[in-house]
Amino acid sequence: MTERMIEVDRVAKRFGETQALACIELSAEAGSVLALLGPNGAGKTRLVRILTTLLPPDRGRARVAGYDVVADAGALRSVIGLAGQYAAVDELLTGRENLELVGLWYHLDKREYRRRTEEVLERFSLIDAGDRLVKTYSGGMRRRLDIGATLIARPPVLFLDEPTTGLDPRTRNDLWRFIQELVGAGTTVLLTTQYMGEAEQLAHKIVVIDTGQVIADGTAEQLKDRLGGDTLEVRVSDAADLERAAALLAGLGEGRPRTDRDRRLLSLPTKGGTALLIAAGRRFQDAQVPLDDLGIRRPSLDDVFLSLTGATAIGSDGGDGAQRQSSNRSGGVR
Amino acid sequence: MPRMSPTLALRDTAGVAKRNLLRIRRTPQLIVIAAIQPALLLFLFRYVLGGAVRLPGGHYVDYVVPAVLIEAVLIGGMNTSIGLAEDLRSGIIDRFRSLPMARSAVLAGRTLADLCRNVISLALMVALGLLVGFRFHNDPGSIIAGLALIITFGYAFSWVYAAIGLASKDPETAQVAGILPFFILMFASNAIVPVASMPTWLQGFARNQPLSVTVAAVRALLEGTPAGHWLWQSLAWSAGIIIVFFTIALHLYRNATS
Repeated sequence: MTERMIEVDRVAKRFGETQALACIELSAEAGSVLALLGPNGAGKTRLVRILTTLLPPDRGRARVAGYDVVADAGALRSVIGLAGQYAAVDELLTGRENLELVGLWYHLDKREYRRRTEEVLERFSLIDAGDRLVKTYSGGMRRRLDIGATLIARPPVLFLDEPTTGLDPRTRNDLWRFIQELVGAGTTVLLTTQYMGEAEQLAHKIVVIDTGQVIADGTAEQLKDRLGGDTLEVRVSDAADLERAAALLAGLGEGRPRTDRDRRLLSLPTKGGTALLIAAGRRFQDAQVPLDDLGIRRPSLDDVFLSLTGATAIGSDGGDGAQRQSSNRSGGVR
Repeated sequence: MPRMSPTLALRDTAGVAKRNLLRIRRTPQLIVIAAIQPALLLFLFRYVLGGAVRLPGGHYVDYVVPAVLIEAVLIGGMNTSIGLAEDLRSGIIDRFRSLPMARSAVLAGRTLADLCRNVISLALMVALGLLVGFRFHNDPGSIIAGLALIITFGYAFSWVYAAIGLASKDPETAQVAGILPFFILMFASNAIVPVASMPTWLQGFARNQPLSVTVAAVRALLEGTPAGHWLWQSLAWSAGIIIVFFTIALHLYRNATS
């Protein structure tokens, strides 16, 4: 059995009147990515803070890399890296100075932290900017430096809190690839995100959190299966045909189709797969109902969220269209 | 790598001090602004008030320069609190707290950097004081001791300000919160006018509070009169303040949330 690098056992945390986290249980195995998925205010950051020794839990226990987050907090800090929501890099220092200092504070000796600083600068394409003040860096560069700083000591467990917020798609994809490389080499990553696409792309396991509670967990496929399968979608060319089309679908799937008059769309939950698609297509062809589109759609994680929480999480696909309230404030330190 | 040791703690502290000093060096406008206020105060006391305040047996400028020097280091202390509050706000304190560095390093490194800055400020102010007519009347050893006492006092209060900075929600609050202790210390004291001229109910406090005691010691050291018990009282105050506020600040740091 693979070693469990992150274990959270019934952790609870109160903040004033609110129960910010209630009875959280989750675990992550070595060399895997666990994604905490949930909207703003769900408690994701609070949990990350508990796991990185910034906050003690009120109840329950948590262990990271075998160290208890309260009892072994000091030892734990040597084996983790944290990149918070806002790039925590010092604007008035150069990229190189930032990284070397982090290395020093990880208690690496001088030659070691110098060498690793160069490695990180190289890997994140920051060599040329290494001696410039971070104040002059773009948002993407700051974020890269921030994440680079977490890697100076090569910690076995990384915590990334909404790491790709506010990044352009190319930088985001680059970062995803980089995380996958790291994980392939054995690092365990816990990342929080509001982007379904990100969780789906990166995570071996997804834990869905809302209002401080775990409401579901599993792989992306497992979560989608919980919805009971696929959806057959029919878009008629003429809105007048909607009733006729609905009648044609009778008996094909589970229950009655949902109608969206504005989009001329019928949706029918089904487990039938391709055979059902062909059967439906044949019926429409025989009845000569003109269609704009006919297909089987797998549920997106947004659907999962909708069914689990009764609300959509912010951000649908890769998050490119989503309006975020807390965009990556890469203002850093003045 | 070893978990923690005094050597590592010192190394961490040196790293923090280096970080803060680099930041100070790269915002020269802050140094200038920090120097302007004490300079203005000096000019005010020397040229505007100097003629109006009659002191038995001395020039007012000699009387008041130690006050201006102390004010300069107190202003430095206020920058400690604002700086820490800014660090809190920016999220960098989170990174610090999640690193294996010694818990006291962030605070010790900052107060150390501010001490270095205060030494420079003090040198500037002394030069300015000489320019407007202040003269030393004692041997260099006593003069250095007097200046060192001011630096020590400033260092002790930078711990007070560190606690204020950590307790404040943001830099603006830190700034405002820092003004009250500064005012009470500066004005309910013998720094600007003799205590005997104050209402009786104020005199007890004004005579014995840490700034007054330090000013009295510094005056004695710079003038060449016996400094004796003022000196020990000042050092005792500073030691006590450092111990108490180091503990408070460390506790606040451990529980800091950005």
